[in-house]
Order: sequence, then C-alpha cells, then structure tokens
Amino acid sequence: MKKSFVLEGLDCANCAAKLEDKLNGIKGINEATVNFMTSKVTIEGEDEEFDEVMKRAIDIIKKYEPDAQIKY
Amino acid sequence: MIFRIVLTVLFWIAANFIEIDLVKYIIFILAYLIIGYDVLSRAIKNILRGEVFDENFLMSIATIGAIALKEFPEAIAVMLFYQIGETFQDYAVNNSRKSITKLMEIRPDFANIKVNDKLEKVNPENVKIGDIIFVKPGEKVPLDGIVRSGNSMLDTKTITGESVPRSIEPGCEILSGTINLNSLLEIEVTKGFEDSTVNKILELVENATSKKSKSEKFITKFAKFYTPIVVFLALAIAVIPPLVIGGKWVKWISRALIFLVISCPCALVISIPLSFFGGIGGASKKGILIKGSNYLEALSNTKVTVFDKTGTLTKGVFKIQKINSIGLEKDELLKFAAYTENYSNHPIALSIKQEFKEEIDEENIKDITEISGKGIKAVVFGKEVLVGNEKLLNEENIKFEKTDDVGTIVYIAIDKKFSGYILISDELKENTKETIDELKKSSIKTVMLTGDRNRIAEKIKNDLGIDEFYSELLPEDKLNLLEEIIKNKGKNEKVAFIGDGVNDSPVLARADIGIAMGGIGADSAIEASDIVIMTDEINKIIEAIRISKKTLKIVRQNIIFAIGIKIAILILGALGLANMWMAVFADVGVSIIAILNAMRALKIN
Repeated sequence: MKKSFVLEGLDCANCAAKLEDKLNGIKGINEATVNFMTSKVTIEGEDEEFDEVMKRAIDIIKKYEPDAQIKY
Repeated sequence: MIFRIVLTVLFWIAANFIEIDLVKYIIFILAYLIIGYDVLSRAIKNILRGEVFDENFLMSIATIGAIALKEFPEAIAVMLFYQIGETFQDYAVNNSRKSITKLMEIRPDFANIKVNDKLEKVNPENVKIGDIIFVKPGEKVPLDGIVRSGNSMLDTKTITGESVPRSIEPGCEILSGTINLNSLLEIEVTKGFEDSTVNKILELVENATSKKSKSEKFITKFAKFYTPIVVFLALAIAVIPPLVIGGKWVKWISRALIFLVISCPCALVISIPLSFFGGIGGASKKGILIKGSNYLEALSNTKVTVFDKTGTLTKGVFKIQKINSIGLEKDELLKFAAYTENYSNHPIALSIKQEFKEEIDEENIKDITEISGKGIKAVVFGKEVLVGNEKLLNEENIKFEKTDDVGTIVYIAIDKKFSGYILISDELKENTKETIDELKKSSIKTVMLTGDRNRIAEKIKNDLGIDEFYSELLPEDKLNLLEEIIKNKGKNEKVAFIGDGVNDSPVLARADIGIAMGGIGADSAIEASDIVIMTDEINKIIEAIRISKKTLKIVRQNIIFAIGIKIAILILGALGLANMWMAVFADVGVSIIAILNAMRALKIN
C-alpha cells in the first residue's frame, strides 16, 4: 500500500534527507521518500500491517521533526 | 527576525563603548542570546534525541567555544550571519517552491455539472465516466472527454507546450488541463479523474524526484560521511597539535571551531535535487514529461538514438504522392480508383478516397469482387475496373509497365487495358531532417528500425541522412536488435529509443531511455516509457537533450563550487588563514548561491 501526505514546516534539506533515511529504516516500509521541494512524504509498505507501519512512521516524524505538521 | 538582528547589532555596538569588562561581557552574551536562542534550544532538543551531527548543535558548539575563548564578536557574528543566511535560504527555497507549485497549477479545481437545469460546481474527482460536464470560456477543462456540443478555441499550452490555440468542435477528443477560450463546451467524460491526463502529468512530475539520479545518490552518500569526518578533523585539530608540537590551546581550538561551522553539507543536499526538479519542471512546461531525475541525467549521456519509423519519423498516414495516368486525365483515373475502392476499409483505399474528396454515387458501382491480397475488381460506370498490385494485373494477363517509384504502387486497368498507377506512401513528419541533423551535430548516432520493406526504409534513410537502418523487422526483432545495440555501446553511453508506443512497448521499456512520442491517449506508451513527449513534434527530442545537458551542467557547477569552497576554507582554516566569517560564508553563503544557480534549471527558453 502507498500513502502520501504533506509535511508542513519541513524547512531544511538535510533534515529531509535524514528523515528519509530514518523512515526507510522502519520495519515494514518498502520505500519511503521525503520530497523536500514539494514537502511531500510518501510511504510504501506491506499491506497486512500498513496501519501499524504508518503509526511507526508518524512516531519517527514526530521525533525528528517535532515542529512539522502532518496534513493529508 | 529583522527586529532580532537589529537589536543584536545595537547591543554589539553598545558593548564596544563599555569599559568595565564584566558589564561588557554580559551585554555581548545578551546580544548572542537574542540572535541565537532558538538555535541553542533546538541544539539541546537534538542532543536529547541523540542527534549529534545536527547543524544547530554544531553552530552552538562553535559559538559557545568562541565565547569561552572570549572571542565575543566572532561568536555573535557567526550566529548573526548564520541566521541571516538561513533567512535568505528560506526565502530562496520558498521562492523555488512557489515556481514549482506554479507548474502544478494545471490541476483543475472544479467541474460544472447540470443539476435540475442549473450548473453546479463539483469536485472533478466525483465526476463519473459518461457524465456530461460544461466548461465555460476561460475555464480549465477538468476531465478528459469528447465534445458533445460547442465550437471553441482551446489553449493546450500547459499540456502540450504548443502555443497556437487549437480549434475544437463536436466529436473532438478534449484533454483535461487545457483552457477553453471562446464559448461554452458540453463534454462527455471518458476517463475518471485518477486516469485523466492532468492527474497523470501531475503525478509524474511530483514523483519524478523519487527516482534518484547518480549525482543525487553521490550527494546523499557524501553528506553521510562529510559531517562526521569534518567534526572528527575538528576534534583532531583542537587536540593533537597542542599535545604534539605544544602550540597554544586557544589558537588550535579556534581553528577547530571554524571546521564545525563548515561541517553541514546543506548547499549540496538542497541544490542538487532542486536542479533536477527544476529541469524536470522546465521540460514539462514544454510538453516533455520526464519520469525521473535518473532519466534526465541519462539523457545527457545519449550516444545512440534508435527511431521507430512508422508514427515516429513518418506520420503513419498514407497519402497519395503521385498519379501517373495513361490515356486519360489524372482526375479520371483517381475517380475510377475511388469508385472501385468505395466499400474497402484498407488504409490504401482510405487514402485514395480522401484524395478524391467528391461524393461517390454508389448507383454506378456494380459487381464488386475483392481478391484477397491482390486488389479489387468492380464495374464502374459500365466499365470493368481493376485496382490492385502487380499480382492482380499478372493474374488477369494485362500488360503493364513496372515503375521504379518507392512506396506502395496501386495499378489500375480499365476494360482490360493498363491505365496507369497511383503512388501512395507515408509522409515524413515536419522537422525530421533538422532533428536528425542536430543529433548528428551533437555526435549522437541515429538508427532506424522498421517493419516496412527494405526499399522504403532505404529511401527514408537516404532522405534523412540516418546512419543505420534495419528493415522488414517483426516486433520481437526490434527488441533483439536493441539488445544488440545496448550490448555494443560504451560503459557510460546511453541508448534512447523513440517510438509511438504502438507495438513497441517492450522496446520502449528495454531501452536505457524509452521516449514515447505523442504520448497523449496511448496509455501503454506512457506506462512503458521513461520520457513522454506530449505532442507529435520530433524536434522536442533535441529540446529534451538540451534541457538535460543544461541541468547536468548546473549540477556539476554546484557540486564543484560547494565542495571546492568548503575544502578551500577547511584548508585555510587548518593553516590559520581563515576566520569565522569566511566559514559562515562557506556554509550559508554557498548554499544561497547554489540554490540560485539551481533555479536556472527551471528557466527554459
């Protein structure tokens, strides 16, 4: 399954690259991309546990980008 | 922010007039806190998360270090310029984000549908296939469909890059994202929003940057190692020389602090993807959709272009090139041929009828026999007419002269007497010759593949000056030949295949760069290809290559410039020849310049 959302307040390119790296380290995520230019995060993960995967991803985002707002 | 900057500067100036050291220090520290408190607080938060190589943290260490060495003006200056630089950088990023959103402005916001005889605006996503929508003058066409009523002019620039408006009438296909210029159009929707042209373009451009180019991968790797290495070097510079050669601790620590300021690879991390995004965005404005940064990069290394013939180099439409009549007028001959072919749907019959133009009186056609693979026999205006290839005339024992013309030849005999022939062939697209010439000028080899006969292929090869051609190929032969060409190229050379997506999807997919022409409408071509040219203009290939070369040039400039300046200042810093100010420039100054340079990629004339 694939889901994407806008991460508002993502204002440093290096942070975006780091976040992408961290997201890709999450179990169950096949591919995560953080597009700095469009402020868009796309997560592609296993179907069976996708809700669980999204939860983990959002935890990571909150941890590393506490000031950013997630908007669907 | 401006207020904070001004306040800091005032405090800074004031501190210089104060004689008492303690008061002076307090005022300096106040100035430092005013400008840098948010950086410090972010740094603390990051350490708590175990994130050591964070920009905020490194800036904080560098400035606190300077304060500890009683170099107050340096500490304030670093913070001040870092903040000013960041502000500029945000501004530049926002600006480029805006230019990019502008590209995305083709997204339609609403569709008009009729509810109880009144037009209502609804979300295009909620419109179903078969629904009727209305587009007023000046509005964007929200969904793909067929015009049911209304004649108007259509601005297709955002979709195809074509600047001349197109006229549109009932029965015409209409694409979402185009703009209706003159009068109300009633459109029957043929595709849901998900599959509509405009949505596909948007998805394509937005997702393009997720397919990373080699340069981007290099930068990501570089960034991962760069910061830790610079930080450890800083540590080494602070500790080793004083211990080994017994220099002053203060001197070496201040040199180490310079390293910390330069340790963020931001300029590269931000400007390289931005350049690619700019190039892809600029190309999409011209009706060239590039599906990934990697393809944009590969395109600049194209060494061989392989063209499909029909539908790519030629229009794929048969047209009468010549009528050679014997013993009667050309128009007469055409008339007999058109009447005889009246009921046939063969492409050749269609082109004859199209040329004839006049209405056909079917009363005058009798006893039609279609002789499969040979032609047609019919009685037209009371005369027995044969229209077909040489086999037909041979079979009927009619004497005729063979011609040397290249193309499809249709022989005609009236009442058992040879009366001439019609030459039909496919037409070359406009700008084909110029495109081939241009490719050759850039020392790119050109190859043509076709299922057509050898003589026809050879004529096109000679007319256009193509380097190599292979004819009479089956679709699977094309794939094998392409494999062969790919096998024989150099290591960093790329092979591009250009086709129209009809019958050649596997070849498009196999090529290093698959370019589909006239991508609109042919879904399989869009799927299989890496680059889609929205219009039928073959010279867009030159434009695409130009854009890719320009983008890659900017990317190389930025990589060399950013890494070069950083390394230069690092060396100068280690030797004690650089100060904090230069270090701040190497950090934020370089970022801003690199971003501005990257934005040039978006500007394509």
